[in-house]
Amino acid sequence: MLTKRIIPCLDIKDGRTVKGINFENIRDAGDPVELAIEYAKKGADELVFLDITATNEKRKTLTELVTRIAKHINIPFTVGGGISTVEDVALLLRSGADKISVNTSAFKDPGLIKKLADQFGSQCIVLAIDTKFENNEWYVYLNGGKVKTEIKAIEWAKQGVAMGAGEILLTSMNNDGTKNGFANDITKLISESVNVPVIASGGAGTMQHFSDAFIKGKADAALAASVFHFKEIEIKELKKYLKELNIPIRP
Amino acid sequence: MKVAIIKYNAGNIQSVTFALERLGITPVITDNIEEITQADKVIFPGVGEASSAMKYLKNAKLDQVICSLKQPTLGICLGMQLMCKHSEEGNAECLGIFDSNVKLFNQENNLKVPQIGWNTIFNYQSNLFKGIKEKEYMYFVHSYYVEKCQETIATTNYGVEYSSAIQKNNFYAVQFHPEKSSEAGQTLLSNFLNI
Repeated sequence: MLTKRIIPCLDIKDGRTVKGINFENIRDAGDPVELAIEYAKKGADELVFLDITATNEKRKTLTELVTRIAKHINIPFTVGGGISTVEDVALLLRSGADKISVNTSAFKDPGLIKKLADQFGSQCIVLAIDTKFENNEWYVYLNGGKVKTEIKAIEWAKQGVAMGAGEILLTSMNNDGTKNGFANDITKLISESVNVPVIASGGAGTMQHFSDAFIKGKADAALAASVFHFKEIEIKELKKYLKELNIPIRP
Repeated sequence: MKVAIIKYNAGNIQSVTFALERLGITPVITDNIEEITQADKVIFPGVGEASSAMKYLKNAKLDQVICSLKQPTLGICLGMQLMCKHSEEGNAECLGIFDSNVKLFNQENNLKVPQIGWNTIFNYQSNLFKGIKEKEYMYFVHSYYVEKCQETIATTNYGVEYSSAIQKNNFYAVQFHPEKSSEAGQTLLSNFLNI
């Protein structure tokens, strides 16, 4: 049986792992390669690296880091942050990334998703959506949560999948950093509306939050950063907990 | 040992290369016919679309080369599917090393396609799985699958029971990504290198 995935996320700034609260207040959380190796050993199913300060000058640093990660870990990983062209993607995949995630650039030019899916296959194109609940609706936000749009997350998710996105990484800005649990309502709505896996992100604080994301949120995978970085939750223990609840999990 | 990874337009070559390097092997990545045919082991990886990959292989005359290989050869993911007879993806006539067909997962019953993630393999019929426990988890990313057939050497269930590995003579093929399947995947690659 296909298992639910536990995905530690590493936010990368200038080659270091960092973690902020509600998209702000950045704290240093260690060397990404070391952390990646540790997570892989502890049973992480996949990893996500988000380059939160990606600019053109930094691109070379990122590709070098991606190669270093790929050499050292034997589980799949996704790289995202500031990716806006077919060339960016080709370079990152060539450097050893298994998947890439696009966010703002894809929203501004949905044709990019199609181009990427045609050239590299849907399976390696993850559409990252940052969303915030306001006036009874979940809206799409861009530029790392700084820019509001008038488009609803559910509509954008459906369109993105129709254009060829192979997976949705859904981050709730209301929940991110709060440790009050994932946004299970919007996760469930999107997961049941698209035919590709949905990764729930933002809000993990306890082990029950993960089981809620899978059971109530119908998520295919759950992503978290600080609870893993700061060892508030051990992956092995989390997996044991989920297994006891009969959630399909790889030990 | 000389290991050749076949270079074409649909390879996930970097990951496979790194996985072999972790086992102490430095493979050559090549589309040179002589280099491929003279290697001790050949790996035929692949991530991409079947019909365009077949077109590329035919143009490069790699189709005949792959079919005529005598040394142990391992197809991975799309590589496995291309070694079969026919694929529903782009209605592609494939290499025909295996007599089986490649079909699209049925998307009914809320089955998400592609299948992405860790699933179990079971009912092993080959020494390729030596030292790997029954129902081990491997990492899969695919929308199309190889039907169960006489050549099946491991099975997986995703809405349907299908071949997660097949073997015929010197040809081995796996649907999952051993290069991304943690220690169990590494054991499988090591078993292949030791054949």
